[in-house]
Amino acid sequence: MVAAINDALDMALARDPDVHIFGEDVGVMGGVFRATDGLQAKYGVDRVFDTPLAEAGIVGMGIGMGLAGLKPVAEIQFAGFLYPALDQILSHLGRFRHRTRSRYHLPMVIRAPYGGGVHTPEQHADSPEAILAHTPGVKVVIPSTPADARGLLLSAIADPDPVFFFEAIKLYRSVKEEVPTDYVTVPLGKARHVTRGDDVTVVCYGGMVEVATRAAEAAGAAGIGVEVIDLRTLVPMDTDTVLESVEKTGRVVVVTEAPRTGGFHSEISATIAEEAIEFLRAPIVRVTGYDAPYPPFTAIEDVYRPSAVRVARAIRKVMAY
Amino acid sequence: MTLSSDSLPQAGLSAEGAAASEAAYDAGQAAGLFQILAPDGEVVRPDLMPDADTQLRLYHQMRRARHFDERGWVLYRQGRLGVFPPFGGMEASQVGTAAALTADDWLFPTYRDTGAALTLGLPIARTLAYWRTSPHGWAMPENLKVLPFYIPIATQYPQAVGAALAEKRKGTRNVALAYIGDGGSSEGDFHEALNFAGALDAPCVFILQNNGWAISVPTRSQTRAVDLSRRAAGYGLPGVRVDGNDVLATWHVTAQAVERARNGGGPTLIETVTYRVKPHTVADDPSRYRTEEESAPWREKDPVTRLRAHLLRTGVLNEESDAALLAEVAAEFEAALQEADTYPDPTPAEILDHVFAEPTPQLRRQREELLAEVEA
Ligand SMILES: Cc1ncc(C[n+]2csc(CCOP(=O)(O)OP(=O)(O)O)c2C)c(N)n1
Repeated sequence: MVAAINDALDMALARDPDVHIFGEDVGVMGGVFRATDGLQAKYGVDRVFDTPLAEAGIVGMGIGMGLAGLKPVAEIQFAGFLYPALDQILSHLGRFRHRTRSRYHLPMVIRAPYGGGVHTPEQHADSPEAILAHTPGVKVVIPSTPADARGLLLSAIADPDPVFFFEAIKLYRSVKEEVPTDYVTVPLGKARHVTRGDDVTVVCYGGMVEVATRAAEAAGAAGIGVEVIDLRTLVPMDTDTVLESVEKTGRVVVVTEAPRTGGFHSEISATIAEEAIEFLRAPIVRVTGYDAPYPPFTAIEDVYRPSAVRVARAIRKVMAY
Repeated sequence: MTLSSDSLPQAGLSAEGAAASEAAYDAGQAAGLFQILAPDGEVVRPDLMPDADTQLRLYHQMRRARHFDERGWVLYRQGRLGVFPPFGGMEASQVGTAAALTADDWLFPTYRDTGAALTLGLPIARTLAYWRTSPHGWAMPENLKVLPFYIPIATQYPQAVGAALAEKRKGTRNVALAYIGDGGSSEGDFHEALNFAGALDAPCVFILQNNGWAISVPTRSQTRAVDLSRRAAGYGLPGVRVDGNDVLATWHVTAQAVERARNGGGPTLIETVTYRVKPHTVADDPSRYRTEEESAPWREKDPVTRLRAHLLRTGVLNEESDAALLAEVAAEFEAALQEADTYPDPTPAEILDHVFAEPTPQLRRQREELLAEVEA
């Protein structure tokens, strides 16, 4: 997946001279995950550059660049290190169009690797997507396949409004597939059916799609038809696709690796409860992390992050209700 | 020293211009460094030479730190330690500064400051446990005011100001000392902390370890400033620039800053000019962003061999007593490693421990769920 992201950035730089890529270690080093590998050599230090180590500075400067007509594509090294920039994001990123009545807008993209499953040190595995989704005026994208990562990133860069783009660290090197080589975009706001089934709907995104899909396979072997829906974008959320599926299955499992309280899974659950409660044949079950900081303890990290076994158990639970 | 703006590195410079500005940068780096013991072993400030006991104590602590760093690499390769950030070559910068504190003072270390934490007295076994990603490495000793290694950059700085201020309000003479890197000194928290400390007259000592790199970004790309100690002036604080590979010098300036803070003289910023000769972490490959030619001269400025040569020359140490000291250091480490090996693996529910003093109803339920999950 990381190669697909690199390819999308390369294509965006080639197509549009306004695109500028910056962040910590994105230049010579090509990013700690190599997402920007080779881009500085190809496009020069003016268009792909290392910034000083300061997230508020990175986002704030990007906002100014966007206001003045460039296409800033910033990298935050890990989503868990996004917090110093929250002031710029919450105070400004999503508000500019609104507070200038569209006189100014911010075509900015902020990329950040997120999530666990790869034994990173403290704070490197956070999943703060709900904070961004809760910020009006900011779109939130989380791909789960290389082709989607490429197509969604191209859409994000072409979008006239700010887009937060989360990349599951676990998927960077673990998922591989052939991707298009020309300018093929995936629209923001369209969910994807990973599997089809009539019995249970599993709603997920990013790093949890692979986990949910394995659970669906296991359930399938036991004769349960599972429809796995990959949201792809949290804002805008493709409510229609989710509700259509729920109307068919009447049973829902929602999966994220973020902490339980106030996570985006709660938003998905609430939307379903509001719009499709009459179709529900069982309570919605959330499979999530816990209300504790993501543990860096290698020996027990996997207890925190939802596994296919946990998702399969939730599927059985909604079936048994 | 200041450089005229046209001699600073700029995008689009000619190769010649770039080489000239590089040379000016290097000269700027070397200028005005406070030293007691020069790299060639010459005592440049005999008047400030600490007594032989202090010299030996600092040497001993540097050896302990070096041994941890060296054994850490081996243990990592054997899969007996997790990813950790090495600090070998920066012992003088960490040991000299931490050795100026007492157990009543606060220490705010970053992930790279294992050497400083060990010097203040953080047990080796606990430190190993931390880098083994064991919760046993999180339980900080009761008799010390050392915080767990800070992973986010720069967040420790304002907190050190608060701890220092609290000590002052309580009427103690205790101080807080915090570390940061050259990269970290770009973050807003760094600047806010220096300003707060000055405005509120907090008994704080700020150590800025300028080790040349923030992962792949050299200091000269991090900031246009050359002399980072001068940043203190903007906030009304004294700033000192010291040879970070001269442990006698780092100890001396820190001891002075600590003393001044204890006596109500306020905060100080100390820039220790050193170099990260090792990779960023044991998993990093520095050949992607720097050359061996750049790093090589710094290996020759090794802080441990510098003091060792001096101690041998003056007879404070001889080959036998040095060997005995090394054996003692190694034995201490192996005993600690054995102790760390006895720490059991964490149990799953520990993930949910210590979130609140009293678990919330939600956490209680989640604990039951978690136990049911792992038992099922
Ligand atoms: C807020 C934040 N942003 C980014 C990172 C990722 N990161 C870890 S270490 C590092 C470089 C730090 O350089 P410096 O402050 O000079 O300290 P050094 O590692 O050289 O000791 C970066 C960017 C982080 N840990 N925290």
